Amino acid sequence: MNWDWQVVDDFMPRFWDGVLVTLQALAIGTLISFALGLVWALAQRSPLVWVRWPVTAVTEFIRNTPLLVQLFFLFYVVPNFGPSMSPLTTGIVGLGLHYSTYTAEVYRAGIEGVPAGQWEAATALSLSRSRTWRAVILPQAIRRVVPPLGNYVVAMLKDSPMIATIGAFDMLGEAQAFSNETFTTEALTVVGVAFIVIAYPASLLIRALERRLVR
Amino acid sequence: MMSSEFFTTWFLPGIWVTIQVTVYAAALGAVVAFGIGLARASQYWIVRFLAGVYFEIFRGTSALVLMFWMFFALPLFGWQLAPMWAGVSALGLTYGAYGSEVVRGSLAAVSPAQKEAGIALNFTRWQRLRLIELPQAWPEMVPPFNNLLIELMKGTALVSVITVADMTFAGNLLRLGTNETTPVYTLLLVLYFVLAFLITRGMRVLERKAKAGIGQQPEKRGGITAKTGARGESLQAGAPSAGGVR
Amino acid sequence: MSADTPVKNDHDGNDNPPVDGSELIRFDKVTKRFGSNTVLDELDFSVASGKHVTLIGPSGSGKTTILRLLMTLVKPDEGTIKVGDNYLFHERRNGHLAPAGEKHIREVRKNIGMVFQQFNLFPNMKVLRNITEAPVTVLGLSKDEAEQRARELLELVGLTEHLDKYPTQLSGGQQQRVAIARALAMRPQVLLLDEVTSALDPELVAGVLDVLRDIARTTDITMLCVTHEMNFARDISDQVLMFDSGRVIESGPPEKIFSEPEQDRTREFLSAIL
Repeated sequence: MNWDWQVVDDFMPRFWDGVLVTLQALAIGTLISFALGLVWALAQRSPLVWVRWPVTAVTEFIRNTPLLVQLFFLFYVVPNFGPSMSPLTTGIVGLGLHYSTYTAEVYRAGIEGVPAGQWEAATALSLSRSRTWRAVILPQAIRRVVPPLGNYVVAMLKDSPMIATIGAFDMLGEAQAFSNETFTTEALTVVGVAFIVIAYPASLLIRALERRLVR
Repeated sequence: MMSSEFFTTWFLPGIWVTIQVTVYAAALGAVVAFGIGLARASQYWIVRFLAGVYFEIFRGTSALVLMFWMFFALPLFGWQLAPMWAGVSALGLTYGAYGSEVVRGSLAAVSPAQKEAGIALNFTRWQRLRLIELPQAWPEMVPPFNNLLIELMKGTALVSVITVADMTFAGNLLRLGTNETTPVYTLLLVLYFVLAFLITRGMRVLERKAKAGIGQQPEKRGGITAKTGARGESLQAGAPSAGGVR
Repeated sequence: MSADTPVKNDHDGNDNPPVDGSELIRFDKVTKRFGSNTVLDELDFSVASGKHVTLIGPSGSGKTTILRLLMTLVKPDEGTIKVGDNYLFHERRNGHLAPAGEKHIREVRKNIGMVFQQFNLFPNMKVLRNITEAPVTVLGLSKDEAEQRARELLELVGLTEHLDKYPTQLSGGQQQRVAIARALAMRPQVLLLDEVTSALDPELVAGVLDVLRDIARTTDITMLCVTHEMNFARDISDQVLMFDSGRVIESGPPEKIFSEPEQDRTREFLSAIL
């Protein structure tokens, strides 16, 4: 095989462009998934059947179908009767929506994981409802929620190159375009290694966080 | 609308290819999961270390990038893989890495007293693993394996990007040919959901059998997938997390 | 008591010493520490073949550690343990005593069986297979031989009708009797009993102790027993060892230890639990 460092050198400016786009998609996608997941989780706890049931059905459907096909759906189908979005925007919405169905489960488990005795103890101390949430339930739930949420951010990072398939210029998109123009493959290898290099310290960080929080 | 001719020439074979890729990648993934999972519990530090390196690398790898790399870059190293096998390898190697964490965690969760009972009966290390630890860990592995299998099945859609004619590939062809995007992608999503549903049903049966094999009742669980730990990533704390494990 | 007439000797063991009251187990200056806590402190003691020895003493005095050392579940920090003519954790190499390999340990360990406080039956195997698995895979018995042996033992412990059940379907007392049968199926020379009735509901204790009395009376097996059942200890023991802080502070026949102990510490301990 021939490995040409010159090719790598030529790719570098575009690589950094791609890194920026990937991180941007990851950051906004994360925000969407964290916020939307909370909405799903609360809706699934709703006392109203006509809220609980459709939300459960929709989140189950989204979680059990491929993100790639959802991206195609958002990019090619939604504009038929809704807004037309750029590839990057579509990708970010797709990532955020897909992962919100996972974070919803994390929130749900986090809230349900607080032992019933804690609610009872708060009642016994006649804490108000908002005080119970703020002082008792949420601090315990957050400890359970942060590590798995972090893991999903890493998972989202690894799924983010899918947005290249609808034409976004993230790391993979840049590498693909560069490779096609130059008939080389070094760029793909660079991007592959870059994912590991970003993901590994991130998961180390989450594990450290987990050890601190989960007692 | 979709012509019946197109349906039989592209879509039906596409479904079959998706199923094939899922089965082959799952088989490879299972081999990797048990191989690496057992190696990570080895008594030799060098084996544990190498298996740990594998785990960390493939946990940090994006399946799609790996697939691209195997398809485009690997041939330059003198290894030409047919597109389908590039896809199967990429999926099997990455999901196998997640699976190894399930195997390692479930084995670690077997009570140490069981190991001691095995020593007291003078079993060798391998006999203990085969007769005591694996059979007891197995029912604990099935629910997280179900989640991973669904993730892997969803991941098979990626092979369409490297020209494997699975059902997503057929859908994209149809879009190019007809511009009938709405029915095509809706049908596609529904088909994947049906596959996920069938996998979950199948794994439930497997779980019930596995639990019956150690004299336990399976517990009730809602939803098509187990509720938490829906991805391998959240399993790293050692023992499988809340998702239907005692 | 079995001390007077050994009944028969049909161990699978090969070159093991016959049952003639000669020394079978010897602890020589055995020290075991867990962290900074010294559980056994240069412990010396021996057990003669065919004897039934009960270890008593306050919790944390190292009794269970002795059984766990003999079963090789933990390793000694210093000292040697001999079973028959062989060292348990050492083997002779070029005239020196070297740490033993897995093969040597397994060879010596063949002579030892153990019954645990928590039974530790294999939940993935039915009762019959719990008993036959080790004789088949470890001793190389045929399946028929092993099942024959298991049925005899199940009859001895009174559980013949349960052989096709999973352990979780049995009561604690029944599980413990299966565990005794499982240990005996390996025909060990030494049976270690680690607080075998402590995890049982009170009404189930008698059934298990009766089985053990039976075994003590009808076989020549050497027993090492950690128990808080003093009546049982009095019934079956040839010798009682009183432990405190990792040392034997008093030993003798049960009549003597239970009726007229020499040490104040022994007297205190006995009055606290009797």
